Formats: sequence, C-alpha cells, structure tokens
Amino acid sequence: MGEVGGGVVELRDSSGGRSPPSTQRSRSSAVSCAVAPVSAAPVAALAEAGAMAATDIARQVGEGCRTVPLAGHVGFDSLPDQLVNQSISQGFCFNILCVGETGLGKSTLMDTLFNTKFEGEPATHTQPGVQLRSNTYDLQESNVGLKLTIVSTVGFGDQINKEDSYKPIVEFIDAQFEAYLQEELKIRRVLHTYHDSRIHACLYFIAPTGHSLKSLDLVTMKKLDSKVNIIPIIAKSDAISKSELTKFKIKITSELVSNGVQIYQFPTDDELVAEINGTMNAHLPFAVIGSTEELKIGNKMMKARQYPWGTVQVENEAHCDFVKLREMLIRVNMEDLREQTHSRHYELYRRCKLEEMGFKDTDPDSKPFSLQETYEAKRNEFLGELQKKEEEMRQMFVQRVKEKEAELKEAEKELHEKFDRLKKLHQDEKKKLEDKKKSLDDEVNAFKQRKTAAELLQSQGSQAGGSQTLKRDKEKKKSKVVHLSMPGAPLAPPASVLTAAANRVHVLLLKAATWS
Amino acid sequence: MKKRQKKNGGSPMDPLRQSPSPSSSRASSPRTLPCEMLGYVGIEAVLDQLKIKAMKMGFEFNIMVVGQSGLGKSTMVNTLFKSKMWKSTMLGLGVPTPQTLQLQSVTHVIEESGVKLKLTVTDTPGFGDQINNDKCWDPILGYINEQYEQYLQEEILITRQRHIPDTRVHCCVYFVPPTGHCLRPLDIEFLQRLCRTVNVVPVIARADSLTIEEREAFRHRIQENLKTHGIEVYPQKCLDEDVNDKVLNSKIRERIPFAVVGADREHIVNGRCVLGRKTKWGIIEVENMAHCEFPLLRDLLIRSHLQDLKDITHNVHYENYRIFRLNESHVLPRGPGWVNLAPAPASVPAPAGPQATPGPPKVCRWAKDNSDEEF
Repeated sequence: MGEVGGGVVELRDSSGGRSPPSTQRSRSSAVSCAVAPVSAAPVAALAEAGAMAATDIARQVGEGCRTVPLAGHVGFDSLPDQLVNQSISQGFCFNILCVGETGLGKSTLMDTLFNTKFEGEPATHTQPGVQLRSNTYDLQESNVGLKLTIVSTVGFGDQINKEDSYKPIVEFIDAQFEAYLQEELKIRRVLHTYHDSRIHACLYFIAPTGHSLKSLDLVTMKKLDSKVNIIPIIAKSDAISKSELTKFKIKITSELVSNGVQIYQFPTDDELVAEINGTMNAHLPFAVIGSTEELKIGNKMMKARQYPWGTVQVENEAHCDFVKLREMLIRVNMEDLREQTHSRHYELYRRCKLEEMGFKDTDPDSKPFSLQETYEAKRNEFLGELQKKEEEMRQMFVQRVKEKEAELKEAEKELHEKFDRLKKLHQDEKKKLEDKKKSLDDEVNAFKQRKTAAELLQSQGSQAGGSQTLKRDKEKKKSKVVHLSMPGAPLAPPASVLTAAANRVHVLLLKAATWS
Repeated sequence: MKKRQKKNGGSPMDPLRQSPSPSSSRASSPRTLPCEMLGYVGIEAVLDQLKIKAMKMGFEFNIMVVGQSGLGKSTMVNTLFKSKMWKSTMLGLGVPTPQTLQLQSVTHVIEESGVKLKLTVTDTPGFGDQINNDKCWDPILGYINEQYEQYLQEEILITRQRHIPDTRVHCCVYFVPPTGHCLRPLDIEFLQRLCRTVNVVPVIARADSLTIEEREAFRHRIQENLKTHGIEVYPQKCLDEDVNDKVLNSKIRERIPFAVVGADREHIVNGRCVLGRKTKWGIIEVENMAHCEFPLLRDLLIRSHLQDLKDITHNVHYENYRIFRLNESHVLPRGPGWVNLAPAPASVPAPAGPQATPGPPKVCRWAKDNSDEEF
C-alpha cells in the first residue's frame, strides 16, 4: 500500500487504506494527518474542548504544521489579488506630519513630492504659538485612490520662548490616537470604514546651518520619537556645499544617536527590499530641495531652481536626495509606515492609556483580571467617593446652621436682658418721683391745715383789740398775700404766725418748683 | 472611494448612521479636496507592498463542514483542496456511531505559487445521526462562538499580539441530503440558527443520485424554502456593496445550492486524467460543469470569494457577536446596531452562544459611547 512517493498524483485508493492514523504517519513524511479528536459528552465542556482544540492547533502550527502537497491547481494563489482588490475598494489613507520652522519649504516639498499644487498660503512669522494646520486631499492614480492628509506646523520656532513649542504637536498626535482608541472601544463600531487619522510619517525639517542640530530640534525629536515614525530631512539643501553636507549629515546622525533619538529605520527583513532599504538607511537624513517650477533643461521639462550660477535639478540624484525620499516614503515603504504606526506606536499608546485608566491583564496573584470586575470595582469606588463627599458637605451644612442658631440665641438673650434692665430703671425712677410727689402733697396738706388753724386763731385775736397792728399786718399781709398763690385765705391771721407760715409756704413752693 | 456599508434590510435604522462621537478631535470623515496630479508619483506601488507583506505573513482560512454522516463531507474537502486532508471516514465495522456530536479540527499549511495558506477544516461527525436530534446544533454554535470569544479576549488585552491568530470559522458548508423533495425540518432549524452567526453555503451532496431535471426542481424547492423561512445564505443580499457585486452575487445566488459530487480517485477519460467516480453506467467527472457544479463551489470558496468570506466574518459576524457580548450585562434588547441577516421569527431564541460557553464569562464591559465622562 505504500503509495506516497512525493509525486504529483497523491490521491490513491483510500478504500483499502483504513489503517489508523498512526501507521499512516509512519508511512510517509509528506502527508500528515494531524487529527486532534475532541470528545466532550456534556455540552458545557465542549466549548472548553473547542478551546483546547484551538490551542492544539496553535501548538501544532507553532511546532511546524506540516505542509501538505497539492495534487493539482487549487486556485488560492489568487488570494493576494483578492486582498488587493478589497483594499482598492476600501481605499488607502496616508497621513504625513511636517514639522519645521517657518520658511523651510514644507509646503513646497509636499507639492513636489505629490506632483501637484496643494492649496494654502505661506505662514507669517508672527504667530504667538505653534499651531497645526491639516488638509486632506483625494488623489487618484490608475485605480488606486489615496486619501492624503498633510499636517503642517505653523509658527514653529518663531517664538522667543520656545519651551512649549513641542506640546501642540504631541497633543495633536495623541488626539489622533485617542480618537482611534475611542472608536475601537465602542460597542457599536465601524472600524473598517473609519477614516484613520493617525500620523503615519513625520518629516522633520532641519535647517541647513551646516553645523549641527539646534536644541529645539533635539528636544522636539526626543519627544516625538516614541509616538510617530520620524524621518529627518535637511531642507533647502542647495544652501550647503557637498563637502559640508557630508560633515553635516555625520554630525546630525551622531547627535541623534548620542541623545537616544529613535528615528525610523527602513525595514530590512524582507529580501526584496532589504538591499535598497539598507543603502537608504545610510543616507539618512535626506538632503532635499523642493521646487514646483519647471524649467527646460536639455530638451526636457524638469523641476528645478534657477540661480545665476547654475540650475539645481530636483530629480537629479547628484544634486539632492529628493528621489531617494520619494522612493522610500511612497514607493517602497508606505505600507510599512502604516503598519509600524498601528502595531508599534498605537499599541504603545493604547497600553499606556489603558494602564493609566487602571486596567490590568493580571492582578498581583497573577490570575487573569476580569475587566468587568475592574470596571465594577472602579465604578463602585467612584460612587463611594461621591457619596462620602455628599455626606461631608451635608454635615458641614448642619454644623454651620447650628452655630448660627447659637449665635442668634445669644443675641436674643442679651437683648432681653437689656430690655429688662431698662425697664427696671424706668420703674425705679418712676417710683422715686411718686414718693417725692407724695411727700410734697403731704406737706401741702399739712400747711393747709395749719393755715386754717392759724386763720381761726387770727379771727379770735382780732376780736380782742390791736386793730392798728392788724392794719399794718394786713398791709404787710396783703403785700405778702400777693406773693402767695394760696387759694381761699380771706382772713388775716396774726403777724408772727403769718410770717412764719409765709416763710414755710415759700419754702414749700420752692421745693415743689424744683420737683416739678 | 467605495466603502463597505452594512445595508440593513430588516431594522429601520442604518447601523452606520450613528451619532457622531463626542470626541471633538475627530471628524467622521474630513472635508477632502480632490487634487489632480500632474505626473507620476508612484502611489500604486503600495499595492505591491501590500502583496509582498501579505505573502510573507501568509493567509488563514477556517472552514467547517456540517452534515449527516455518509454525505461525503470528508471526500469533498479532499477534492476541494486536492490533498488528503482527511482520511475519509467510513463507519461501521465495529466503530460505534458517536453518541454525541464531536467536532474534529485539522490544520494544514498548503502552498501554491508562493502563497501560503493555513487551512483549518472542522468536521462534525455525528450531526443529525441520533434518533433525537433536538439541539444538535448547540455544540456547533458553541464552537463557533467560542472562536469569536477567543478572538475577542485577545483583542481586549492590554498587551496584545501583533497578529491575533484567527480561528474563527469563515465559512460553513452545509450538506443537504439529496432527497429530491425539499429541506427537512432539521435542515431548516439548523440553517436558521447558523446563518446569523456564520457564512453558510448549502450544497446538495451526492448529487449524482439525481437527474438534471430532478436537480433543478430540488434546487428550486430549496430556494423557496430558504426564502420562506428567511434564511440568508452566503452571499448575503443585504451585504452587497455596489452594482458589480450585486450582478456577480445574483448569478451565484441563482445557483445556490450547488449540486456537488466529491471524488478523490483519478480515472482516465478520453486520454485525460480526471477526478471522478466510476460507476457501471459511466464516469462522473467532478470538474465537468455538465456533470456537477463542483467547479462553481470551488471558485466561490477559493478563487473569488475567499477574502470576502473572511471580511464578512470579521466585519459583520464578529462585530455582531462583540456587540452582543458587550451589551449582555446591560440586558438590552437587540438594538439597531445588530445587522439583521434574517428577521428572527418570534419562536427562535437568541443565539445559543452564552448557553454553550462554560463558566462565568469574562467579558470586558466598557462604558458606552460617551466613555469620557466616566474616566
């Protein structure tokens, strides 16, 4: 029965081959039938066993799942084409971020790279802070549609204090990651139609000083290197001569290395592109020139810049590295840039963000943490905190009310006391006055009585004799009587008694006057 | 630029017409300006880059064959992929009928013209073989949902792998026995449940027992049955993107279910070596369109719609499962986000996933769309 011999015709009479799998395996090395039977009587265990089967498969694949030769043309070699068709119908998107000082030729370079004129006016130098300007364009080449987004910094390096220049850029990149993460975490999501706005490549424009990197450049690149693929380029490189350029490039790369800045390295793991990528890696940073003007050189129209001393051709490899940049950025590594952004930078951001939010994969006991439990715990914690705060506030309120009440009560008491005191005073005074009035009344009554008694005596005395003295006394008494406001005193009492009585009355009147 | 839209036939709300995300930094699609390029830039080189990457990584495809024993499932798989995936099982001779449904999976890596394909075939011996076949679809649904669950768990990890291994079933081929009458209740029950979870392609098995006229009549009746019970098999009408797709898929839909014959032996016919079944009255050539429709099935599954099958599994079925999973703790009724592939009759319960998965499900529960206010 040994039929398998690595030939094309594999399928043989299988009716007789009812031998168990083990013998079959031993018979041939080319054909392997890795049957992983999964037996599970109860339904509940089946899913678990299904998982086991899956892990078995995974393990087998890991161990080198054996290849089965085909007996004929099956037809799945059209798979890459199917994949490509599907990608074409979905469309591609590519986002470039251009970071560089004002006036380094960022917009011109983009125009030159994509052979078109994008809109936009040049920026001024008077921006108060760094801003990012983003534009999206629809490009179409044969059957490939590309949604290109170009983001440029506006006002980078123009301020006097440049400490915070890198912050808007980092925030922008993070915002794009955040938007993608939010979309991915939604319950109802549409990832396959989502417009990916994450930055795939960052072109960092270095000013052609010829000496070294500016500290602003170093700081900014250090902040960006873990978030985006950085490709440093030397802008306006027609300002540097060739010898200066090589020295400049060496200086830049050494500075980047010594500062630990990780720029994007073109991938060298795939044989097809490893060679070209390897050589290009050595030419970093690219010295580029951008120009949208076309001049006639020889008998062709070429993009070039005209100087009195000569013409610089953009697409001439001897003049600048523009062609290399275009090759690397678009024609060879566009897909790799997108993949690195997704699998490295975005995953890093996602990991940091989720850990920050408190989610873990395993708890300290190294049991897999259920995200649901974490979420519930956090939620309860949060609610608990809210409740505590509410309680605190309520207690504070109650306390304050109590204090205020006590204060008010005290004030009230004081007022009452004052009122009582005043009342008492008033009563005392009133009493005194009444006493004095009473004594005065008493004295007036006493005088009246004596007066009537004296008049009686006088009437008796005048009958006895001594009318002359009486006349004199009468005159005296009349004059005295004028001063007296005593009612009902017609009779003239004896003179001594009268004068004494008059004196006494006078004194009494005085007293009454002081007391009225 | 075409984008795949989930056109929803059943529910009134288009699942894509969602309220925009509250995060202000993202526009749902930015204002784009069309630009003319004045010269060749080289953007289309990205297609080659894509191809190179894909070929390096290899492809994965998981197929499940369901049907009663004796319908030629294993042989069919062998014929499809022209290799000895399975030893065709022949029960009897002391091997007892399996008492319960057992799922068997086999993985192979096959290569053709530099394209590597990791193929996993899941067989279901014992399906529909018992006397009481009630709920015989549960293990199958459980297995499918288990694969979704695994993928979901991998996807929600904090540190996740670069390339999540895809074990989700991309296509389920259902073998209908060639009775010649119509679909049996078991078939209808199974198809109803399954077509909402996975792409189902029904085929008439052992079609060499039917004449061409009988075949056509059978096919018609099956199509009627499918329509009556609201079963949407692959390619689903509601997921057609544009006119081209519609035209192509309509042609396919006319011929579903394909009447296939499987054979793994070779015979000489007219001097050519062909795969076929030899009978006393002739040789049935498998790859002859006049004899059976196997080439159609092969083309659909492998040559033209393989990537599409994977895409629909990933974008539609897996997302449905994910929504269901993430919502279930809120005990929500099925919201408008559920792409209704088949309007569910009232008697059909919700997908049997959670019933079949074991233990307390470890599910990730995120706040809904406005998650910023929580965190």
